[in-house]
Parts: sequence; C-alpha cells; structure tokens
Amino acid sequence: MAATMIEKLLRRNTGVETAKAGDIVTANVDRVMIHDIFIPFVKDKFEEMGFTRLWDPDKVVLIYDHLVPASQLDDPRHHRIGDAFADKYGPIHVHRSDGICHQLMTEAGYVKPGDVVFGTDSHTTTYGCVGAFSSGIGYTEMASILGTGKLWVRVPETIRVIVDGTLPPNVSSKDIILRLIGDLTAAGASYCALEFSGSTVEEMTVASRMTMANMAIEAGAKCALFTPDEKTADYCGVALTEEMTALRGDEEAHYIRTIRYQADQLVPVMACPSQVDQIRPVAELEGREIDQVFIGSCTNGRLEDLMAAAAVLKGKKVAPFVKLIVTPASRKVYLDALENGTLDILAGAGAVITHPGCGLCCGRTGGILTDGERVVATNNRNFLGRMGTSKVEIYLASPASAAAAAAAGKIVLPPAF
Amino acid sequence: MGKIFRFHTDVDTDQIIASQYLLYPTVEEMKSHAFESLDADFAARVQPGDYVVAGENFGCGSSREQAPAVLKALGVRAVVAKSFARIFFRNAINIGLPVIVCKPLYDHVSQGEEMELSLDEGTVTVNGTVYPCTKLNPYMQTILNQGGLLASLNGGEESAWE
Repeated sequence: MAATMIEKLLRRNTGVETAKAGDIVTANVDRVMIHDIFIPFVKDKFEEMGFTRLWDPDKVVLIYDHLVPASQLDDPRHHRIGDAFADKYGPIHVHRSDGICHQLMTEAGYVKPGDVVFGTDSHTTTYGCVGAFSSGIGYTEMASILGTGKLWVRVPETIRVIVDGTLPPNVSSKDIILRLIGDLTAAGASYCALEFSGSTVEEMTVASRMTMANMAIEAGAKCALFTPDEKTADYCGVALTEEMTALRGDEEAHYIRTIRYQADQLVPVMACPSQVDQIRPVAELEGREIDQVFIGSCTNGRLEDLMAAAAVLKGKKVAPFVKLIVTPASRKVYLDALENGTLDILAGAGAVITHPGCGLCCGRTGGILTDGERVVATNNRNFLGRMGTSKVEIYLASPASAAAAAAAGKIVLPPAF
Repeated sequence: MGKIFRFHTDVDTDQIIASQYLLYPTVEEMKSHAFESLDADFAARVQPGDYVVAGENFGCGSSREQAPAVLKALGVRAVVAKSFARIFFRNAINIGLPVIVCKPLYDHVSQGEEMELSLDEGTVTVNGTVYPCTKLNPYMQTILNQGGLLASLNGGEESAWE
C-alpha cells in the first residue's frame, strides 16, 4: 500500500501496519527533550500524576539554554529545580551550558533517523532534518510521557514540497523555507507533515535542512521530514541502512497538496514585521535603515551560517550605528568557528560574539530592543514583542542577508559570490 | 451566558502570555498579564464564564502550556475559533479548557455580546442565532470530559491511552 513518509515512520514505530493519515495511534517515544523554562512545570505535573520513576531515564534529555547564563533573578531557580529532578529521577542527560536544545539533540547524537521524539518547545520539528518524527508538546503531555513512554498522535496528512535545481549563490535554505511559509501562510500546514524532496534538497547539507525543518512550525506543521541519506548517516554517526533510505514517501501516496519550486528562480527574501508569513523579496525592501542585526538561533546559528555571514563581512566593517550580535548555536559551533577563523572575521568586522544559547531569539537577553528600533535577524519568529517592546520591527532573513544589512546599515541584497 | 472577548486571526502564544512572564512560579501570578499586548485590560475585565472568540490559527507559535493555562485560570469558559494551532489545541484539552472550532461564528459576532455554549449539543448561541460547532475526535473528547489529561491519568481510566 502506497504511503507517505510519516505513515511509513509511524507504522514502523507503532507496529500498526495499516496506519494512515487521520488515524490515531499510540507512539512509542524514542527520546524526549525538556528545556529550562518548562522543567519546573514538567516536574510538578509528573509528581501530581503520581509517577515515582521515569519510564526510561536514558531517553530523557534536559537542556538549559533559554536562561543560560542567567540574566534575571528568577532564572537560577529553574536550573536548581532541573538539577534536583535529575538527581532524584536520573541518571538523565543534562546539558547545562552547551548550546541550544534543538542544535544539541542532533549534534550530540540523541536523535537518529526514524526516531519519534517530543520536546517542550515548538521548534522540536527541527529533528525532521535527519528523518525523525519530532514535534512540540506542552508540559502536561511531557509529564505523561515521562511516566509512560507513550503519546497518542493523529497520523498527519502530508504536504509534499519538491525543490529542484541549483540555488543562486545569494539564496539559502532559509530563503526557501521563508518563501514556502509565505505561500502556505502561517496556518497553511496546520496539523500536517511537510515532506521535502527534490535535487536541491538532496544537495543540501544537513545543517541547511535543519533550518527548514526548524521553521516548519511557522506554517503550523506538526513535523517536517527529510529522507535520510549518506549525509544524514554521517552527521548522526551511524551506518546508513535500507530501513532508513526506505523512509521516503511513495509517488502514488496520498498528498493533500504538492508544491514545487525551481531553485534557480528563488530570490533572497525576508519575513516582514510582525508576521512570519509576510514574505517579501529583499530587493523590494532595500534601503530600510536598521539598528541591529542578530545572527544565531536554532534556525541559523550553525557553522555554515556563521561562515556565510563571514564571507559577506570579510574585509568590511559593520555600519557604525549598527550592533551586530552573533550567537553560535552550540559550544561545538563556537569552537569550530573559532578554529577556522570565522569568529576572527566576524569580531574584526565589529560583531559582538555572545555565548551559545537561545540568546536574543527568545527576547530575554543579549540585545533587547526598544520602541522604534528595527532589527534584521536570522531566527524563526518576528512576533510582536518577541525581542523587546511591541514597537520593535523584526525582519527575518538568511545569514547572508543579515550580514549584508549589518555592513550597509540598511537592508540590501546579499552579494552573489 | 458569558461575554465575548473577540480577537483577530493568527493570535500567537506571545500575545496570549508574553515570554517575560513565563518565569513567574505559578500560573496564578501570570494570569493578570494575559493578552497584555493586545488588550491591556483583558485580565481585569474578563469574568468567569466569559468566552474568547477568534479567527483562524488561534494559539500559533510556542509550545507554552501557560497560554491556555492563564485563560483557564481567569475563568474563561471556552475558546471558540475558526481554527487552532495544534500544540495550543492539545494543551488546552489536556488542562481541561474547552477549545471549540466554530467556522461561522467569528464573522457574525462582536466584542461584548452575550454567548451561550452547549458542549452536549455542540452549539453556541448568540443573539438567538445558533451556530453549529465541529465535534472533537472521541479521543480528545474523553480527555476533556474527564477534566484534562492529569485527571484522566489519575482517574484510573485506560481510555486516554489505549
């Protein structure tokens, strides 16, 4: 029977051979991620439910990233509660200052192709970059998984996105996903899986796929999926198996919609304030003066992103009135960028290099803006009030577009190297 | 009967409860900041039994369960929208806050109008007009009927899981 990728994955996970879109199945959870903002609530619910032990401590990953290092007096309380939870119910995996949760889950090897993973964060869709089904949930459901190892899910319908051809040199996977969100709208993929394929996607690095999977939630999607290949296996540190490569939607499967892009026709775009689906070509926005640029986040804080920014900024200086904030997604990214000279170039151009973590993306630390200010940022949300007051204008862009804006002091097209 | 508080389309979780309040130790301490950026007086004016009515994609954005939780803590009887973002929808059901999909309602009602909800009939009534709502899937209906996932798990009912 022809099936979409998510149908195949959930059939394998649940053993329900007939599972199809619309069915409700009970998934066996391979890994969970909890971050520092929600751990106190997860702990309370877990105990209120009467659980006394975790279903499988090895499958639980606790990551401190939103509140690291602490910037407000209440922040350390969350880490104390998290540490106490780990002591009482562990041993679980705890990362206290290693980077952003979504970066670490794949980078540190917690997620493998075909896995079912849930996290207390909406951008948990990111792990679809390695062919896992992963999605965000609330703290009550997380508590119930911690006790049972299971979660009911409705098998989602699938929207197939096929991208073929070669991207222009100043267009990145961020531009593709922004364009897609604009075309779908913020609710256009609600409750659906986004299944990506095509030669452009096959050519992409895992890091670039990660950017796209990360933002699937901005169109309402339940998950995003990329078929595992050699690059995936290499990134995950596993051998590529037939079981993995079989995770591919069948041509004859039922897709509720198919969207095709020709990569060479795509252009640099930005999401304009204050909705993720207000997408416009950068060419139409040129000349808008800016106050700040943020390059980082689980969307675009990886080595290739920092290198793309450095390529634009090499030999240049950030405009004197612009603050450029660069936040590597993890300690590993930080060290790699240090070693290959990327941080040298960025700092030399006038960037403030911050500690790895969520940083400015969640609006808690490191570059908060105020009324009337405008920022070009590489993260995933430009919601009202996300990075400061509700009168801050946030433009979401690729690292190259962000770096070009930092140098020019205004929105400009990134150079086509 | 309760009053309608009407909001727009694509209301995101940052608008329902902004991130700077998520660190408050309890939902009780957060609730006075609900919808602060959209309607600074909302928390002061809303009465137990009132309704939130919205357009498409209510609750998009973050996975923060505090978003439905502050509405429930303020006594909001139900959120009735054209559609919901999925994480918000699950979270609401899990804490026992009714979230009702009613396609025709939003375009025909205004802020402050009186509304009546019948969960059994699956309808809402405003100004004598009855609007049919979309039924929950049986799985979610069971959890909601039991008062949420916590009550459901503690009630010794297997139904929420199998």
